[in-house]
Amino acid sequence: MAVAEQRTSPQASPEPETWYGIIQQTLKRNDIRLVPYVPDRVLTALIRNLHADPFFTTFPTAREEEAVGIASGAWMGGMKSAVLMQTSGFATLANVLASLVAPSQIPLIMFVSERGTLGEFNLGQSLVCRTMRPVLDSLAIEHHTCTRLDELEFICDRSIKQAVTTQAPVALILNPLLTGGKVFDK
Amino acid sequence: MNAQTKPARNTKVMNRFDVTSRLVAKLKHEEAVIGGIGNTNFDLWAAGHRPQNWYMLGSMGLAFPIALGVALAQPKRRVFGLEGDGSLLMQLGCLSTIATLAPKNLTMVVMDNGIYQITGAQPTPAAAHTDLVAIAIASGIANSAWAADEEDFERLIDQSMSASVPTLIGVRIDDKPGTGTTKRDPVQIRERFMLGLGVRQAL
Repeated sequence: MAVAEQRTSPQASPEPETWYGIIQQTLKRNDIRLVPYVPDRVLTALIRNLHADPFFTTFPTAREEEAVGIASGAWMGGMKSAVLMQTSGFATLANVLASLVAPSQIPLIMFVSERGTLGEFNLGQSLVCRTMRPVLDSLAIEHHTCTRLDELEFICDRSIKQAVTTQAPVALILNPLLTGGKVFDK
Repeated sequence: MNAQTKPARNTKVMNRFDVTSRLVAKLKHEEAVIGGIGNTNFDLWAAGHRPQNWYMLGSMGLAFPIALGVALAQPKRRVFGLEGDGSLLMQLGCLSTIATLAPKNLTMVVMDNGIYQITGAQPTPAAAHTDLVAIAIASGIANSAWAADEEDFERLIDQSMSASVPTLIGVRIDDKPGTGTTKRDPVQIRERFMLGLGVRQAL
């Protein structure tokens, strides 16, 4: 599971010491209220807690690009959002990133649970994972791989603020070193 | 186009530019309009640019999800999504999402000619056997209907303006291309739309 135990700025959060607690609080602090997602096992705790928090409007979509469309429309309407997905879901987004998000300069904030590395048991996941960073790099989309609990708030908070102020998308990749990932269990 | 092979319906074949113009003529309260890819937004452009219009230049199939996002962000503003049948086929799942969230300020219009007009008028896989309004109803958008003719279209638009649930209106259209061509400037389109919605102020 998560490696870092120390946090220098404790917050009034129910679970500030977890990666998902930190993300929830960071979203709140940046007034990100809308969170459409396509789920992943690793994201379960985050999704559950967002649903339980009336600050957020969070709901599943049928496809990741649908979530991106909703987030883009909400941004243009004055509401900030973030979308949640896993690696294989990100792999479906090249067209919408290249034809909507990037050319329209929409500050899309993506949280991607990283499958396919550090103990992956599904060959398809491990292959699709290798397409993620090349796609992001080819579109010059900012991305960070989050591996440590003690860096998570800094990376997320700064990245969200940079996305909004520079009107550019960002992908925050949640690595198994942070989340524990998903391991072969049956 | 393909009228003979489509399911028998008591609906007139209309024209996209004509029905789009009829819709735009009814907009008096700075309603937002999201125009889907290709001819759908070309005809919205040709019907007369408004500051609350947004024109989708790529991302086929996302007009309704984008309209949903606008509707969630601005619940007091009426939001229209205009989409082609081929585009909606790419993103049928969004109808379930919209049915679940049920924004009452969202009106969806599907322009159905059974073809990918802009790529050479090839029939869609749905052309012969699929009823998109039936799909919308089965997805949970109960307030969905085919417009019988232009007058019925206007009536359905009027009804949607005061509806307490989202509305979907199917319009059978001919195989004519779009009337105009939207200026392809996505940053300016997005910025002007945000100005039109009161999200931004001009410098």
